[in-house]
Amino acid sequence: MSSTTATMEPRAYHLPEEPHLHEGHSTNLGFWMYLMSDCLIFAILFATYAVLGGSYAGGPGPKDLFDLPLVALNTAMLLFSSITYGFAMLAMEKNRTSATQGWLFVTLLFGGAFLFIELYEFHHLILEGAGPWRSAFLSSFFTLVGTHGLHVTFGSIWLVTLMVQVAKKGLIPANKRRLMCLSMFWHFLDVIWIGVFTFVYLMGVLR
Amino acid sequence: MTTTQMIFGRLTWDAFPWHEPIVVATFVAVVLGGAAVVAALTYFRLWGYLWKEWFTSVDHKKIGIMYMVLGLIMFLRGFADAVMMRLQQALAFNGSEGYLNAHHYDQVFTAHGVIMIFFVAMPFITGLMNYIVPLQIGARDVSFPFLNNFSFWMTTGGAVLVMCSLFLGEFAQTGWLAYPPLSGIAYSPATGVDYYIWALQVAGVGTTLSGINLIATIVKMRAPGMSLMKMPVFTWTSLCANILIVASFPILTATLVLLSLDRYAGTAFFTNDFGGNPMMYVNLIWIWGHPEVYILILPLFGVFSEVTSTFSGKRLFGYTSMVYATCCIMVLSYLVWLHHFFTMGSGASVNSFFGITTMIISIPTGAKLFNWLFTMYRGKIRFELPMMWTVAFMLTFTVGGMTGVLLAVPPADFVLHNSLFLIAHFHNVIIGGVLFGLFAAINYWWPKAFGFKLNVFWGKVSFWCWQVGFWLAFAPLYILGLMGVTRRMRVFDDPSIHIWFIIAAIGAAIIAAGIGAMLVQFAVSIWKREELKDVSGDPWNGRTLEWATSSPPPEYNFAFTPVVYDTDTWADMKRNNYQRPLSGYQPIHMPSSTGAGVILAGLATLCGFALIWYIWWLAGLSFVGIVAVAIGHTFNYKRDFHIPQDVVTRTEEERTRTLAALGA
Repeated sequence: MSSTTATMEPRAYHLPEEPHLHEGHSTNLGFWMYLMSDCLIFAILFATYAVLGGSYAGGPGPKDLFDLPLVALNTAMLLFSSITYGFAMLAMEKNRTSATQGWLFVTLLFGGAFLFIELYEFHHLILEGAGPWRSAFLSSFFTLVGTHGLHVTFGSIWLVTLMVQVAKKGLIPANKRRLMCLSMFWHFLDVIWIGVFTFVYLMGVLR
Repeated sequence: MTTTQMIFGRLTWDAFPWHEPIVVATFVAVVLGGAAVVAALTYFRLWGYLWKEWFTSVDHKKIGIMYMVLGLIMFLRGFADAVMMRLQQALAFNGSEGYLNAHHYDQVFTAHGVIMIFFVAMPFITGLMNYIVPLQIGARDVSFPFLNNFSFWMTTGGAVLVMCSLFLGEFAQTGWLAYPPLSGIAYSPATGVDYYIWALQVAGVGTTLSGINLIATIVKMRAPGMSLMKMPVFTWTSLCANILIVASFPILTATLVLLSLDRYAGTAFFTNDFGGNPMMYVNLIWIWGHPEVYILILPLFGVFSEVTSTFSGKRLFGYTSMVYATCCIMVLSYLVWLHHFFTMGSGASVNSFFGITTMIISIPTGAKLFNWLFTMYRGKIRFELPMMWTVAFMLTFTVGGMTGVLLAVPPADFVLHNSLFLIAHFHNVIIGGVLFGLFAAINYWWPKAFGFKLNVFWGKVSFWCWQVGFWLAFAPLYILGLMGVTRRMRVFDDPSIHIWFIIAAIGAAIIAAGIGAMLVQFAVSIWKREELKDVSGDPWNGRTLEWATSSPPPEYNFAFTPVVYDTDTWADMKRNNYQRPLSGYQPIHMPSSTGAGVILAGLATLCGFALIWYIWWLAGLSFVGIVAVAIGHTFNYKRDFHIPQDVVTRTEEERTRTLAALGA
């Protein structure tokens, strides 16, 4: 029994030296938990879409509204932005500041293109009389897709902030940690979008 | 739209409830009281001290105490609502309308529920966990000290919005969960539901972040040697409660977003028309709501475990089963939400499933009760105040648990649903469990936080008033509920049930005396703090690490990081004649204070207020402000400092002297 053998010899009940918890020791775990809590918000929005997605209230349904080629283009933009973010992280690992900044900028462009296309789609739908107030289906559609879009918007603001911070301070550990968090956030949004694309758009047109 | 509307939205002079004398009188009292407090703080030049030492502090102990103060203030407000309801129901018989009109009464019962859950119970348990958990695991602070401060101020911001609704506009008249379509814009066009939504959203952000923070703290910052199965039980139950917070509060956030979209943007999620589905809201809100009640009770189960083993002078009986029972409850709490609306037509098989899962929860809970009883068995029990509250909990909570199992039977629920029986049941578990647990915890850890014990006489007065008052107030509700009286009634026709409401009102008055006695207990204890002083840091012969340091603990908690070998670390250290190290102190690395949390939460509260009153420019401006301040805050890379070696040495030598004086 470990407890009996341990009582034989005198126990040291404290560390003689101050243990060095490195800065940001909990950030990764904390950020993961944040992402999972965010994931729950999306889960609720998906569930709401699943329940209300068939309630057209006499209005247009997915088949009348969704323009798959446009959505495919949009999806490509977001997926490309994830790849380029990956390149930025590879450059960061090698401590190449300007390459990192370059890839981050490309990521921002792709993200911007994604948002632009999404806004165009929303604008188009509203002009057609298929705004979020038309039916419960459209309410849940706009909320799910729009919440994802808002996340990409905040991710982009965050990305610009980090680019400024990298420009000011270089790739110091704190900035690397922040880039890592944004990386997880960005890929997370990609995963959510794949869900949206499959579940809302593809299956919507099939329905 | 006129210019005034552009500037003030729908906020007009009529928003002040001039026509309600009760509210005006309260308003005058609050203004005078508030002015007196502000004047006193200014006169004694305390603003700078409060700002520097408390408001901007990232010390988990100070934040914990601030949470407790917030909880206490809101408790008095929530209890005032309770007394108003009891009085109304005792008066409104024999043709009398009572003294509250329907518009006011409906706000009172809504505010009572919302305040007691979100702004009393939540701050109390968060404060408790904040104060105790880092000490129990031998850490210097939490994982994210700035977030901790920010979370506290967001919770306070939510409370401020609820208090605002008392004097500006109105609060929701929907009941504490704001079911649509009643809470939709068609039936609740005024500010009430908007106050509800934004108060909960602002506070909810704080709660979620503090949940993430405490999980990370418990997972990452335990002292060396403290494996998961060597953690104190309170830390365990806190861990489970915080996992529940992180896994359920986002659901509340999302649900309230959908409700606010219905109200603000004209969407059709929960409306009667355009394909909306109000039942979706009821499901979603309870998927959050049921875990929420376990968020409240689990940390208190931890408190009872600590108290029982300390005051029985024994190691906790069945530590492992206690941990597993807690984890079982954590998981099961997600599988029972539908028992809140058995009557809403889900069908027999769905109702049976949720009825059975609900009954299953009583098994791990029962296991816990037996563990406490067996801990007491053959122990040297000291009936100090914390132990008295614990025994009272065991008796009261068991009755509440049994009526809960009764309600879990769907056919019985069809009879008792929405009746006063249900009201009596959940007050039985929340008062008997959460509140009694908090009183046990306050009496138990007060000496740790302030360095002196609480007065026993007034503590006993408070205790007995609560015991008698509780049963007098709620036993009649059980009886009335069995007779079929429904909840939230303002006026009654049947004179034969009048007597029960009078008894309940007397019970409420006795509880009021209990609360008064508790306030007197605090005042007397502070007044006589020299007599009640405890310099040992371990007044109860405690068993866990928080008792190993001084009372109140120094800013850095422990001069040296403790090493853990056993579940009851401090008991183990005492058993092995642990000697406190007297030299070799080193500088200690600590997080620095920051005002960013106060500013961000202030802006968030302002943004909520603007949204409630449709002051769009202000909402936009404060939102941009939030983003700007948040970004600005990330440009601050220097967030820590070292407590110099000589300060640590001086603090520790002071403690050595007091301990030596105690021994001499």
